[in-house]
Formats: sequence, C-alpha cells, structure tokens
Amino acid sequence: MKDQDLYNYILGIADNSLILGQRLGELCGHGPNLETDIALTNIALDLFGQTRSYYQYAAKIAGDGRTEDDIAMLRNERDYKNVLLVEQPNTHFGHVIARQFLFDVYHLQLMNALQHSEDEMLVAIARKGVKEVSYHKRFSGDWLKRLGDGTDESKQKIQEAIDHFWPYTDELFDMSDSDKKMAEQGIGVDLTALKDEYYKQISEVLEEATLTIPDNPYSKRGGKQGIHTEHMGYILTELQYMQRTYPNMTW
Amino acid sequence: MKKDWPLWEVFVRSKNGLEHRHFGSLHAADAEMALENARDVYTRRNEGVSIWVVESKYITASNPADNGEFFEPAQDKIYRHPTFYDLPDEVKHM
Amino acid sequence: MSEKEVKNLEAIFEARIARDEKIEPKDWMPEKYRQTHIRQISQHAHSEIVGMLPEGNWITRAPSLRRKAALLAKVQDEAGHGLYLYSATETLGISREELFDQLHSGKAKYSSIFNYPTITWADIGAIGWLVDGAAIINQVALCTTSFGPYARAMVRICKEESFHQRQGYEIMLTLCNGTPEQKAMAQDALNRWWWPSLMMFGPRDADSPHTEQSMKWKLKRKTNDELRQQFVDQTVPQADILGITVPDPDLKFNAETGHYDFGEIDWDEFWQVVKGHGPCNKERMEARVGAWERGSWVREAAMAYAEKQAKKKVAKAS
Repeated sequence: MKDQDLYNYILGIADNSLILGQRLGELCGHGPNLETDIALTNIALDLFGQTRSYYQYAAKIAGDGRTEDDIAMLRNERDYKNVLLVEQPNTHFGHVIARQFLFDVYHLQLMNALQHSEDEMLVAIARKGVKEVSYHKRFSGDWLKRLGDGTDESKQKIQEAIDHFWPYTDELFDMSDSDKKMAEQGIGVDLTALKDEYYKQISEVLEEATLTIPDNPYSKRGGKQGIHTEHMGYILTELQYMQRTYPNMTW
Repeated sequence: MKKDWPLWEVFVRSKNGLEHRHFGSLHAADAEMALENARDVYTRRNEGVSIWVVESKYITASNPADNGEFFEPAQDKIYRHPTFYDLPDEVKHM
Repeated sequence: MSEKEVKNLEAIFEARIARDEKIEPKDWMPEKYRQTHIRQISQHAHSEIVGMLPEGNWITRAPSLRRKAALLAKVQDEAGHGLYLYSATETLGISREELFDQLHSGKAKYSSIFNYPTITWADIGAIGWLVDGAAIINQVALCTTSFGPYARAMVRICKEESFHQRQGYEIMLTLCNGTPEQKAMAQDALNRWWWPSLMMFGPRDADSPHTEQSMKWKLKRKTNDELRQQFVDQTVPQADILGITVPDPDLKFNAETGHYDFGEIDWDEFWQVVKGHGPCNKERMEARVGAWERGSWVREAAMAYAEKQAKKKVAKAS
C-alpha cells in the first residue's frame, strides 16, 4: 500500500471511536434513567458516525476492495490499535463517566489539532467531530461534577473510577511510528504536545468536582501496539460475530 | 429522603424567525441538565436552533373551570375582525 | 358534588368527545377516564422501554456499521417514545417513579411481544417489519384519540417511527436476496414472529370487554379483530415480495370478502405469556429493575448536586 502510514494513522484514531462506541452501545436500554440513556446513545451514534467516515476513507486508501465493515470487523485483535482506556468495561455509571471524560478531553484536543492537518479529508472529519466531541466533553464533565460533588456514595464511586482509569491516560499521548511520520508531514497531530494541557484541563475539572487528582502511578499501555487487555477479545467476539460466522455475505 | 428529578417543560425554536413552541416535557435534576436532556431528547432529528426549559411547577395555568369568564366574552367582539366592515369592491388591498 | 351533578358533567364530557373535542389534563374528567388513560398510556410507555431490550441485544452484534447505527438510533427512539408517553401519563397526576414501580412490581402490563427472544439477526428485521408494522396500525389510529397529550405524543411517535418499519423490511429484503442460509434465517424469523405479531392486537372482540368504552373515548377507533385483519391484509403481500411463506396453512385470500382468511391463534399461549410465563418475561423485568436500581445512586447524586448548587447561588446573591 502506497499510503500505509496514513492508513495506519487513520485506523489508530478510528479504532478508539469504534471500541468506545461499542462499549456505549452495550448500555442502550440500561441507563440510570431514560434521559441519560438517550444522551449516552447520542454519544455512541456520533462515535459510530466518525468511525464510518474514517474507515471509508481508509478503505479508499487501501484500494484493495475492502469495505468499511471489513476493516471494522475482520481484523485480528493484534491489528486493532485503540488505546486500552476505551475498551474498559461499563462497571458502573461512574466508570462510564470517568472513562468518557478522560477520553473526551483528549479527543477534543485531537479534533481541534486535526483541523489543521494537511489532509483535506481528515480536516473535514475533524471539523464535524469538533462539534460532536465538544458536546461529549460537556456532558461527561457535567456528570463528573455531579457525581463528585453529589452524595458521599457518588463521590467515593467516581473517585474510585478516576483512580482506576488514571494509569490508562498516559497512553493517549504515545506516538506510533506512523503517528510520528504523519506528524512530520503535517498530516497527523503531535500528541506529545497535547499532554500538559490535557492534565491541566482534567485537573481543573477534578478540582471543581471536589475530587482528588491521583498520583502518577506506573502507566498501563499497549493498545496502540495492538497488545490489549483481556476485555478486548470479548468485545471483538460480539463485534465480529456475524461477519465471522457468515463470511462473505451482504447484510 | 429520596427525591426524584423534577419535571421540566421544553420549548424549541425550530428555526430563526419562528417562535419557541412547546415540545414536551422531561425530567432533570437542574436547569443545565434540563437543557442538555432537551437537546438529547427533543432535537435528535435536527428539530431546533434554540431551547427554553422551565421547571413545570413555575407555570401558572388558567383553570378550565374559568373558561366561561376568561374566554367567552371575547367571542362576540366581532368588530375586532376586518370582515366586520363593509367596503366597496373597488377598494382593493385594505 | 352530588351524584346528579356528576352525571350531568359526565354527559357534557361524553358529548364533547363525541363532537371530536380534545380533553386536556386540567379539564374535568370522569375518574374512570383518568384511570383508564393512566393504565393504557403507561402500558404503552412500558412497552416502548421493555421493547428496547430484545433489539438492544443485537446492537453490539449488528453485522455492519450501517446496520449498527440504524439499530442504535431505533432503539434510542424507543426510549424517546417511552419518555413522551410517560410525560403524557404524568399530566394525569401520577409520577414517572410511580409508573416504574407499577412496572417493576408486575402490577402494570406491557406488550407481550417483547417476551419473545431475539435469537438471530433476522429477528431484528422481523421485529421492524412485523412488530413495528403492527404497532403503527395501532398508533396511527391513536393520533386522533380524545386525550390531547396522548394524541400529541402519538403524532410525534408516528412521525419518528416511519423509518423503523422500513429499516426492518430492508433487513429482511437483504436477507431474502442473499445466500440460501440468509434466506432460511429470514424464513425462520417469520415463522417465530408471525403468530406473536397477530397476538399484539389483543384478544378476540368477543373476549375484549373494554372495547365499547374505549371506542367511545376514541382510545380505539377499530376493534382488535378489525385491526388484526388489516395487518394480515397488508403484510401477506409484503411476505410475497420477500419470497418467504407465512406459517399458516389456513391462510388464503377470500375473493368474496376481499380479505385474507387466516388460522386460529393459539390463545392458550397468548394468555400464558400475558400471565408472565413467556420465554423472557423474567429476563425483561430483571433487566429493567436492575437498570433502575443500579441507577439509584446516580439519580440521588444529581439531586444532591443540584441542591448544593442552588444553595451556593442563594448564598452568593445575599
């Protein structure tokens, strides 16, 4: 493939949206009340919309007849490049919100920066994405504050969730080889430059939510290299179920 | 004591130039959440450009039992309507 | 109020409905009208949100991203429709929490169709085509029902639901134009969903004691059997286009009446599922109750936060 690095780069971004969307999709019908259920599903729909745009673009670059669905559903686990954070389970609503917020802040930074890419298609996707992700961040940030400064029980639960996910945040800023090459060419985003601002923003909201900023522990990483947590296999089992069980069919 | 989220009324302006119209209601813990919920519940199909929310308990409504005295006296004031006045056909556009 | 005064009010009330006037929440209404509407509208609302579960099952397994997004949007719509309907019920002086209690305690009913399992992807197609098809027939009639908030909710719901049935039929069509394995999957789904869909219209007219009252209040515009017939007449030709067979050996077109004659519904199954003995009654209730209970601390936290913020605002202002 001529543009292997661009292809890899797109998938690196798209896989995060796909897997997080898949996690949120599990929640549809099981939210704490109807309004919140509907809101979380809107976020999932945005993420799947982005996912499709990325994979359609990637399919075009690959140019070997593969479709968006082939890319989404027919890779082996090691070939998915999403960060570990997004594949973590919906243990309880505090986990859902903490995971979302820790991702949204990064995601919005990424979308903002990607609007200045040399690649027109990525710019177009990012322009749309910025608006969607801004809302996601507002939603998760507001809920973080509600849970943090709500009841004793909610504070304890959301703090536990933030502490739990904190070690996964550093990976967001890892640069794969393709990431580096794309950043050099002005197509991709230099993630390392986003890091300080990320923790600054997160800390501000955590403070406002009367929560404690966790210490920097030993980080958990690997997703961007395709080395996932044990959860990933189960996610893919469901995601790929139809395509694997009934290969080469149209749905 | 357990408290449930109060009820809010939602008003949406479908596009600039039109008034806000009552769209329905929903539950939310506070005004900010009511706005967000209204956005998520009532504008999923691109129905709006502006949202108002007001907690239902703050709406004062007239009582249907008073409809006689409230509304019927307006029924016979036909001189408020243009068709009450006779003009010759030659006068156009008035 | 004396009995005579109530009788008089009732006569005025019935006359208003007969003149096609709408009844609004604060209007005087007979207690029975209020109770019947609370029961029926909330039952409808419960059906929407329990109905999210069998389809929600397949969101993570949908075979393509396009199908996944459409299904997710559809299931989300059902949450929205439940919400509109709960809101309409709340105008009658009962809270959503009380209505949930009724559902969770088993006091309130919901449509039995959702007590059947979705075991293949074709079931998602069959639900959209048949179950939504049947629901639309019921719902269109309700857009002109006498109670204003219910009628308005139904208008919005009908508008939004127009894509649901098409979505389902398109899934079926794709399967039927696919491999033999896919077509068999579609046929199997039709076999399993056909009879439960016919049951959605409720018991036979002869066994439906509330029909007369409901017709008067325009909660029903046609009887159960009439609506069922309409469904059969409209659906059989659609099955023909798909090239799959309706699982009823007695089904045939009656040139004299212009309608399809069809076989007898298994009414024992119908009543057993209504009574809670269907394949998934327990699972559906466990899912609903579980979600509500797991959400309890979340809802409380939001209220506590709102109260703290309100106090802060007051403190700031003074």
